[in-house]
Amino acid sequence: VSRVAVLKGGRSLERQVSLRSGARVEDALERLGHDVVALDVGQDLIVRLREAAPDVAFIAMHGRDGEDGTVQELLEILDIPYTGSGVLACVRATDKVLAKHLMIEAGIPTPEFFAFSETAFRELGAADALPAIEERLEFPIVVKPSSQGSALGIKFARSAADVPAALVAAFSYDSRVLLERYVDGRDLAVSILDGEPLPVVEAVPTGDGFYDFEARYEIGRTEFVCPATLPDGLTEQAQELALRTYELLGCSAFGRVDLMLGADGELTVLEANPIPGLTETSLLPQAAEAAGISFDELVGRIVELALERAPA
Amino acid sequence: VSTSRDIERYAGLFAARTRVMKSSAMRDLMAVTARPEVISLAGGLPDTSTFPPDTFAAVAQRIASESCAKALQYGPTEGLDETKDCIAQVMAAEGMRVAPEDMIVTTGGQQVIDLVTKTLIDPGDVVIAEGPTYPGAVPVFSAYEADVVQVDMDSDGMRIDLLEETLDRLERHGRTPKFIYTVPSFQNPAGVTMSQPRRRRLVEVAHERELLVLEDNPYGLLRYEGDPPSPLLSLDGGVYVMYLGTFSKILSPGIRLGWVVAPPPVLEKINLGKQGTDLCTSTLSQLMVQAYFEECRWRDYVESLTEVYRARRDTMLDALADHFPRQAEWTRPAGGLFIWVTLPDFIDTTDLLARALRDNVAFVPGEAAFLDGRGRNAMRLNFSGSNEDAIREGIRRIGEVVTEQVELYGTLTGEHQAVRVDEPVAREATPGDNVLPLPKRSARPRRAEGS
Repeated sequence: VSRVAVLKGGRSLERQVSLRSGARVEDALERLGHDVVALDVGQDLIVRLREAAPDVAFIAMHGRDGEDGTVQELLEILDIPYTGSGVLACVRATDKVLAKHLMIEAGIPTPEFFAFSETAFRELGAADALPAIEERLEFPIVVKPSSQGSALGIKFARSAADVPAALVAAFSYDSRVLLERYVDGRDLAVSILDGEPLPVVEAVPTGDGFYDFEARYEIGRTEFVCPATLPDGLTEQAQELALRTYELLGCSAFGRVDLMLGADGELTVLEANPIPGLTETSLLPQAAEAAGISFDELVGRIVELALERAPA
Repeated sequence: VSTSRDIERYAGLFAARTRVMKSSAMRDLMAVTARPEVISLAGGLPDTSTFPPDTFAAVAQRIASESCAKALQYGPTEGLDETKDCIAQVMAAEGMRVAPEDMIVTTGGQQVIDLVTKTLIDPGDVVIAEGPTYPGAVPVFSAYEADVVQVDMDSDGMRIDLLEETLDRLERHGRTPKFIYTVPSFQNPAGVTMSQPRRRRLVEVAHERELLVLEDNPYGLLRYEGDPPSPLLSLDGGVYVMYLGTFSKILSPGIRLGWVVAPPPVLEKINLGKQGTDLCTSTLSQLMVQAYFEECRWRDYVESLTEVYRARRDTMLDALADHFPRQAEWTRPAGGLFIWVTLPDFIDTTDLLARALRDNVAFVPGEAAFLDGRGRNAMRLNFSGSNEDAIREGIRRIGEVVTEQVELYGTLTGEHQAVRVDEPVAREATPGDNVLPLPKRSARPRRAEGS
């Protein structure tokens, strides 16, 4: 039995999702017999962590602060072991631009893209390069903020006229955005637990449109198929690519890698999430379930891994 | 006991209609607006800090000594006669005379929307609402699986010509709406007021087509200038107009006390619906209102609120003129709690809210007021719930992020438009436009009057 502080909420735009992940984790930890302290992360985080003096912190936060290495850094300073990836992996994975550059360098296929900071447009006249980019990427083009999770701020530009508004929207979330080649195909996710890829989950939108923020967290908006039914060899290929990405970024304990299976049968990696959602509709719990690992077991393993990694 | 949060356990048990009671990106963003460091112009809150605690104590004391047992007991579903007397006074202040038996005291005005919808709507029935409409009505209509059709407004309220076109179109498809939902005075969220001619015409349309109208009038007494037009109820005489009133904005939303006036056959069904919902409205709250009306001059309190809110409205209008780029437009409410701002259509206000939250300021994105995905470039701002300093600072911060996005868009499209207009050039609506698009930009010279 350990004393576990569950960190959730915070100021991230994914606060609500995080509260749901956190609540579910708390339930599981209690069922496992742990002593649980729930912390909605705010100004008093350090004070409350010192007070609680947990054996381990379960970071059930998504997006800013929780997933970008900030909270991990603080926990390092406080010498409190924590779940999931370390600071460096969080920094790499949260920054989609950096992650994609690393993938390209390592030979992991990822959709072609161009990234810009707001400064590039404001001060370097980057807008003049847009027609060339549009020609290269072809419409529709995906426009997204570099660091936001959960599909917030992701827009589809169907023609050149859509691009400026899509960029303005993406810059609402981050000072850096990317324009990415749209991959028409199937949405796949490979979750990884302790260095082992779990069964592939496919997200099949029930309506038209794409797998957006709403669809991601609502029961009924998207159907999930796990294990995904894929052509021969592609499951293994997707798992291998996911694992390579996970290792490339330096993730540990658990994570999720999102991929696309293009109409041409080619797999590409979109991004990696160091703290994937743990809500009822989230993909990691579903993948674990398909591998015969219950949610409680999953949470238990994640805590054990954190404690093992901690210096004795 | 540790309750289970596992939604999958229950998912198969939920009614189909709960699927439309959906969460959204916007709602998740709104969760962040509740944090204390955020200046929230998003709420619709009256300022209850202006209510004198001594008065509250006197009212409570009076109930304790005079009607303790009664206050703790159930009451009749339709409400206490004492409370209805108070309601009659409030309605008389707006020129309406209503018999006690023609009203039911409800648990807030919100319950009226719920009960009326419950009484009239089968799944798939049409409700007509204004576009934009009160965001709080949206989940009610959704829960009863109404098909909501929204009719555009301008600075004179709902466009009745468009309403008639809409009704004709629906009729051609063999569909007759059950009722028209409107907030004719100081509309939430648009802040505009339906003109007297349109009110007359709306009532005529209701009679011609035998349609019910739900007149939602929470703010009518919070008028900061001008003369009030007639309530729809008084124009109609209680044949097709149902009326929703509330103590929330003139006394307290915490006591949850509203009322509905409707033709007796409709009222009877509403009464049955209410029995099923909550048997009766809080007796304690009803007696509090009665004691308060006997103890004090309630109109003085409304008057004091009016003073406070008028100053806040003026502050917000001034701040908008100072800090918002000229591409923005907004309504100039003569009362109520809200201003509706329309931005250039390349700005998505849900995304903008994410950006604004980084600067600790919040508003309601316009999409909350539409059921059809419109309103994405609009926002609702509340001026009653924050003090003048907070309003100025909040508007400054929002203005900054809007300006930033307008400039960025200009850079991206190569159309480097002047964003700021500091000289007081003519910014009024073009004369000769008798139908002004909503929202109408505030006329600059008004500033001088306010200051």
